[in-house]
Amino acid sequence: MFNYLANPNRFLRLQGVVQPWLVALTVMVFAYALYLGLVVAPQDYQQGETVRIMFVHVPASVLGMGIYVFMALAHAFGFVLRHPLADAAAKVAAPIGAVFTLISLTTGSLWGKPMWGTWWVWDARLTSMFVLFLLYLGYIAVWQAVEDPRRAARIAGIVALVGVINVPIIKFSVDWWNTLHQPASLLRMDGPAIDPSILVPLLWNMGAFALLFITLLLYGLRTEVLARRVRQMELAQAGAAG
Amino acid sequence: MRAFLAIIARDVRLGLRAGGNIGTAIGFFLTVVVLLPIGIGPDMALLQRIAPGALWIALLLSILLSADRIYTADYEDGSLEVLSTGALPLELVALAKALAHWLIAGLPLAIIAPALGFLLNLELALAPMLLLAMATGSLALSLLASMGAAITVGLRKGGLLISLLILPLYIPLLIFGVSVTTGGSGGPDITWPSYLVLLAIVLLALVVSPLASAAALRAHLR
Repeated sequence: MFNYLANPNRFLRLQGVVQPWLVALTVMVFAYALYLGLVVAPQDYQQGETVRIMFVHVPASVLGMGIYVFMALAHAFGFVLRHPLADAAAKVAAPIGAVFTLISLTTGSLWGKPMWGTWWVWDARLTSMFVLFLLYLGYIAVWQAVEDPRRAARIAGIVALVGVINVPIIKFSVDWWNTLHQPASLLRMDGPAIDPSILVPLLWNMGAFALLFITLLLYGLRTEVLARRVRQMELAQAGAAG
Repeated sequence: MRAFLAIIARDVRLGLRAGGNIGTAIGFFLTVVVLLPIGIGPDMALLQRIAPGALWIALLLSILLSADRIYTADYEDGSLEVLSTGALPLELVALAKALAHWLIAGLPLAIIAPALGFLLNLELALAPMLLLAMATGSLALSLLASMGAAITVGLRKGGLLISLLILPLYIPLLIFGVSVTTGGSGGPDITWPSYLVLLAIVLLALVVSPLASAAALRAHLR
């Protein structure tokens, strides 16, 4: 299947067929998931209505972390198999992942104000999420700084792979630092397992966010393929003129 | 091996003779340390508490400032291309240049740091551990900085991009470097565990950084 899609024309054709269905599916799943999360799910007995922030916060966090791993995998795939769309997929995924991470940080901050009484604490998880956001920014900056797209792809790949090696180290060190500074954190969600009445809407919301990511990714890839084609044509034109 | 050592010797000599790089880095380091009490007030107790962290941050910034020079000159005059076609693998060239950067930019700062610590009312008993942790940790700082330099070589906005790329990777070193000197105060003594983790990160950087640097240089030179 990946070999089949190595031809950008085939990818564009397939994307054209799949896209309307995918958009419709995303909209429907999102509508149902939000209905479940905002209307059906019960209030938390302690947190009241604010618990509903979770239905945006948790999926955004999971995808924010997952997309970075996806980018590294795509680049590794691109290094080994020289698949023409692998690097482009990582490039397109990066801004989406950065926005999800930002959503996770802001919703977490909005949730933190009523629950913890403060917008921001230097909790281990918050800190490592913030660092992840910085890694996204660095990665995106590399694509913008290097002009030649093939060279940019190689270098961005190195940045993503080094970053993904570092994510666990950063996570571990921040945990260490955090336990050093504030033992007995009350911010842990170590309580009882999540009740099904909350878990089911949460899973639906995760599915909705994942579908949103796939839809945006395919749109972005289409744009990227077309942009490359435009660039080729411009180069050819410039060559013919000169 | 001779070629490897020759590159180190050449870079160290260039660093020592061309424009006093060491002096500039130490001057910057000194300036940051002087600015800090001015910024937060001359409270000696507070300064004592933040001295190790402040020195580490000054060290990170000083090393980062000299980072974009690691490859720029060689890239511009073409000697990097000659090195890349030589018998010595580009990975070892990258390692040699990172080691040379450590010798001229990292190690002198680590040695001078405890002395500057007295300006910040650093506890005398902590000075040897601070020296040890900084001498070791600055090797990883130089290795990562040279990786950032390799990634951004030949780019016009390279200097700023290095900071964005490399500073997040410095976080683990900062955390463990600082906890080598502050871990002893209160709670269980984590001085040596911190130092060992710091050492582990240095070893990891010793492997990853030359590989990544060489890959980035190849992408740029092609």
